Amino acid sequence: MAKAVFWTGNEVCAEAAIAAGCRFFAGYPITPSSEIAAVMAQRLPEESGTFIQMEDEIAAMGAIIGASLAGVKSMTATSGPGFSLKQENIGFACMVEAPCVVVNVQRGGPSTGLPTHPGQSDLMQTRWGTHGDHTTIALAPAYLRELYLEMIRAFNLSEKFRVPVIVLIDEILGHMSECFEAPTPNEYTVINRVKPTCPPEKYNPYEVQDGELVPTMASYFEGYRFHATGLNHDKTGFPTTHPIVCHQDEVRQLAKVSHNRAEIDSWEEVMVEDAEILVVSFGSTARGAHSAVLEMRKQGVRAGLFRPITVWPFPDEEVRRLARKTKAIVVAEMNLGQMILEVERAAHSDIKIVGCQKVGGVPVEPYEIVAKIREVA
Amino acid sequence: MAFDYAPYMRMSKLPHLWCPGCGIGIVVKSLIRAIDRLGWSKDDIAVVSGIGCTSRAPGYLDMNTLHTTHGRAISFATGIKLVRPDKHVIVIAGDGDMVAIGGNHFIHACRRNIDITCIINNNNIYGMTGGQYSPTTPHGAKAATAPWGNMEPCFDLTKLAMGAGATYVARGQVGNGVQLERLIRDGLDHHGFAVIEALSNCHTQFGRRNKLPDPMQLIKHIQDKTVPKSKAEKMDSAELAGKFVVGELFRDTDRPEFCDEYAKLQQRAQAASKKKTAVPVA
Ligand SMILES: Cc1ncc(C[n+]2csc(CCOP(=O)(O)OP(=O)(O)O)c2C)c(N)n1
Ligand code: SF4
Repeated sequence: MAKAVFWTGNEVCAEAAIAAGCRFFAGYPITPSSEIAAVMAQRLPEESGTFIQMEDEIAAMGAIIGASLAGVKSMTATSGPGFSLKQENIGFACMVEAPCVVVNVQRGGPSTGLPTHPGQSDLMQTRWGTHGDHTTIALAPAYLRELYLEMIRAFNLSEKFRVPVIVLIDEILGHMSECFEAPTPNEYTVINRVKPTCPPEKYNPYEVQDGELVPTMASYFEGYRFHATGLNHDKTGFPTTHPIVCHQDEVRQLAKVSHNRAEIDSWEEVMVEDAEILVVSFGSTARGAHSAVLEMRKQGVRAGLFRPITVWPFPDEEVRRLARKTKAIVVAEMNLGQMILEVERAAHSDIKIVGCQKVGGVPVEPYEIVAKIREVA
Repeated sequence: MAFDYAPYMRMSKLPHLWCPGCGIGIVVKSLIRAIDRLGWSKDDIAVVSGIGCTSRAPGYLDMNTLHTTHGRAISFATGIKLVRPDKHVIVIAGDGDMVAIGGNHFIHACRRNIDITCIINNNNIYGMTGGQYSPTTPHGAKAATAPWGNMEPCFDLTKLAMGAGATYVARGQVGNGVQLERLIRDGLDHHGFAVIEALSNCHTQFGRRNKLPDPMQLIKHIQDKTVPKSKAEKMDSAELAGKFVVGELFRDTDRPEFCDEYAKLQQRAQAASKKKTAVPVA
C-alpha cells in the first residue's frame, strides 16, 4: 500500500538508498548534507547494514569503494569542500569500475563559502572534478518524490555500468520537506551488478564480450582473487603501459556512458513544442523556472521549460532540437554561468542565449526569470 | 626443504619491479610464510596497499588484491573489513604512504581497533618518487629534497601506533626474516588493529645518498641500530639513544574490536526497531 511520507530531501536520499539495496555508508559531517549520514547511522544497522563516520571525506570515499569491491552497494554524501576532497578517489572508482553513489548537497560559494545556503556551482566540478579523462553520470532531480526515484536510478546505473554516480542536489532540496506517496517497490526495479559465471581461472575482471562494454564483476572473497588498481591496466586487471591497450581501455570506459544514452538520459519538458522562449534550468532552480514559464504563458508569451534530470552526460541532442525551434534561450542557474556553457555548445546556433544567474546563497526567483524572458521575448 | 612461495604468488607477474636487493622482497616473503603457518586460504585474504614501491606488493600476491590511491589504503581496507568482518584484511605500505599522506587514516584505524593487520615497510625514504625525505627519514640524513641534510625530526612509528590505540605493535627488520615472519604471524593472528613496522633498506634512494649504496651494507647498518626487546629492557635511556627496539612491543587483548562492537550495535538496533514496529498504532 502506498504510504504518505513527509520527509526532507536528505531523509529521502537515505531512505531511497536503502530501498535500492545500499547497505554501506561512510561519511564525514558537512552542512548541508549531514542529515543523510544521521539517518543512515540510525537506519542501516536496523537493515543489517553498516554505517561509519570516517576521519575525513577522502577516507569515506575510499571506504565505500572498498565495500563495493567486497560486493555491497555503497554510498557517501557530502557538500562543497568535502566533494573537492573526494575527487581523487572518485577517479579511482572510475578506473577500477567500482559501482557507488555520491550525493552532493550543494552549498553556496567557493572554498568554505556559504555552508548553510544553497548553490549550484559544482555542476562543472561534478563532470570534471577528478583528473584524467573519465566518464560521469550525474542526476539532478528537482522534487522530492523524483529524488527518491532518481536515487534508486543512481544505484541502478552505477551497478549496471560500473561507474560512480553522483546525485546533485542542493541545500534547498536537502532541507525542504515535501509530502508525497513513497514509491512502492512495484514502481521501480532494482538492478544488481552482473557477476561472472565462468570459473575463476578463466575470469578477467576487465574483459568484455564482443559488442559489450561493461565487464562482469566478481566480489572479493568469492574465489576469483582479482586485482584492482588505479594504474592503467589491461583486461586482466594488471598494470600496463601499452599505448594501444591503455587508449582502448579508456575509450571503452567513456563508451559505457556515451553508448548508453537512451538508458541514462532523462529530462522533463514543459510546453516546449510551441515555445518561442526556452528556459533551461535544473534542480531546485527549475522549480522557480517552471513557475516563471506558467506566469509567462498567462501573460501570453509562449515560454517553455527544458529541465535536464540527468545533467551529465548533458542532453545535447534535445537541446539542439529545441534550439532550432526557439527564438531565444534563458538558462537559469544558481551559479555564475556553468550549464549555459553546455547549452551554448549543444544549441550550436546563433539564437540569443542568455543567463539568469545568481550566487550569494539565495534562490533564483521566478520574477527574475520572468524579467529575463521579457528581455529576450 | 626450502619454502615454496609459488602457491601464494602470481608467478606470471614476475620479474617484479623492485631493485635487486630491495628489502621489500624480504617483507613480502615473511608475510607469505606467516600466512602459510596460519593455514589461511588465499580466497579469504584481501591485501590492500596505497602507492609507492612497497604498495606494488599486492600485485604479486595471488589473493584478493587492491592497489589504491597514495596514503588511502587503510580507508579502502576499512570498507572491505566492515562488510566482510569474517575475512582477513591486510594492509601493506611504505612509510610515506602510511604516516605522511596516510597518517590520519593510520591513527584513526589504531583508535578504532579494527581487525586489520598493517605492515609498514619503513625504508626511511620515498623510494618510488626518487628519494625525497619522509616522516621517518633520520635527522641529518640526505635526501633528494634534503640536499643539506634532513632538518625535520622524525616519527617513531611504533610509539605513534601505541599512542593512537593499536592493540598489537611490533617492530622487525629485514636483516632477520625469521623474527619478522613471527611478528607478522602474531599480528595477523591478533584480533584487533595490528601494526608491524619492518625496518627496511632502500639502498637505491636512501643508501646512495647516505654512503650506504650496497644493500648488504645498508641492511648491516639497520641491524646495528636495532636492539632486541629483552636486551633493551636492561639498558638505560642514554644507551638506547638512536637505537630501535625490535620484537613485540605491545599487545592488549582486552580492548574491544570494532567489527565485534558494530555487530552488537546492529543487534541492539534491530531489537529496538522490532519493539517500535510491534507497538499497535492507535
Ligand atoms: C596524491 C599523490 N601524491 C603524490 C604521489 C606521488 N608518490 C608516489 S609514491 C610516493 C611516495 C612513496 O614513498 P613511500 O610511501 O615511503 O613508499 P616506498 O616507495 O618507499 O615504498 C609519492 C609521494 C601520488 N602518487 N599521489
Ligand atoms: S627504489 Fe628503493 S624501495 Fe624502491 S624498489 Fe628500489 S630499493 Fe626498493
